[in-house]
Amino acid sequence: MKIQIRKFYYGDIPEEYSGGNEMKTSQVPPPAGGGGGGLAWPLWEVFIRSKQGLDHKHAGSLHAADAAMAIENARDVYTRRQEGVSIWVVESKNIHASNPDDAESFYEPAADKVYRHPGFYELPDETKHM
Amino acid sequence: MNQLINYTLHLADTTLIIAQRNSEWCAHGPILEQDIAITNISLDLLGQSRNFYQYAAKLINAAHAPFPLEREGGEASEDSLAYLRTEREFKNLLITELPNGDWAQTILRQFFFSVYQYGLYEQLHKSGDEQLAAIAEKSLKEITYHVKWSSEWVIRLGDGTEESHTRMEKAIKALWQYTGEFFIPANFEKEVFSIDYEVLKKNWQTKIETVFTEATLSIPENVFMHTGGKTGNHTEYLGYILAEMQHLQRTYPNAEW
Repeated sequence: MKIQIRKFYYGDIPEEYSGGNEMKTSQVPPPAGGGGGGLAWPLWEVFIRSKQGLDHKHAGSLHAADAAMAIENARDVYTRRQEGVSIWVVESKNIHASNPDDAESFYEPAADKVYRHPGFYELPDETKHM
Repeated sequence: MNQLINYTLHLADTTLIIAQRNSEWCAHGPILEQDIAITNISLDLLGQSRNFYQYAAKLINAAHAPFPLEREGGEASEDSLAYLRTEREFKNLLITELPNGDWAQTILRQFFFSVYQYGLYEQLHKSGDEQLAAIAEKSLKEITYHVKWSSEWVIRLGDGTEESHTRMEKAIKALWQYTGEFFIPANFEKEVFSIDYEVLKKNWQTKIETVFTEATLSIPENVFMHTGGKTGNHTEYLGYILAEMQHLQRTYPNAEW
């Protein structure tokens, strides 16, 4: 059996693999046969806000035909153990990421700038909870 | 009292058997996300059936009524009610015991059943029996999601490709003849609560029509409706389900793990 795996980087997913809100759920056929839904349905990134949390945190990704289905899938996959009270989904192709090749110029210059941490102030004894 | 026990067992058996059927999809769903969705629904229904069995066991033990279970000795429990009753004692709806068929047939059955269950539990909720009302109220939150999930699938497949549309039509042909049983009350149903079956049926039909219209599917006419599940006259399929589900408890009584 010949298996073809195609990997897309974020932001590089061609239009024909995209879903998006403009498409009606009913127009999108489910993936043919069992499994292999990867190419038929676009990838979505899921963000979950927990009960205590103030912000939505990235939980993972999943496949869905449209945004409504992505939210329902996220509900079933990522909140079944009470992990969250709010869900955001965004199609993976709409996320733009920094390029790993830029790591040297992006992140390394910060390595020797310890003075950017506020660790050089002497605190008076009366100051608490810092 | 016996009729209330029968009624509770009917609710318990129905939710147990459809949970058991849906659980057969575990690890066989069309995609990972939907595999989890259908098994989550299965677990919701299993949870509901446990609540009903626990209540039925309580009623049976309190009544000391002559009941088939006494032949096993000891007290009734949710486990003995699920694992030690025979096919003729099960009061589940016929539609719940039918084979899953393909994905279209499974989601259509869930849709028919969840819409019916929603209407029924709304009325149970006001039935006057505190325990049943409480279970119904708790379950309605889950059922609301089941209705949403399954109706979206009916629309997705009905108004999808030629292939998916054909499969939905085939599923309707297979299942429609079992939907009449929802609205034909057995004696125990008539004697326990005054459920308004006319309203139940009307609301059910309205919802089915709305979703079918959007899904470009049509409702069959003049179909003979099968009955019997509520009174223990089942299709040939229930025996096989029980054999698989009960064999461990029957082979090794009181086994625990």
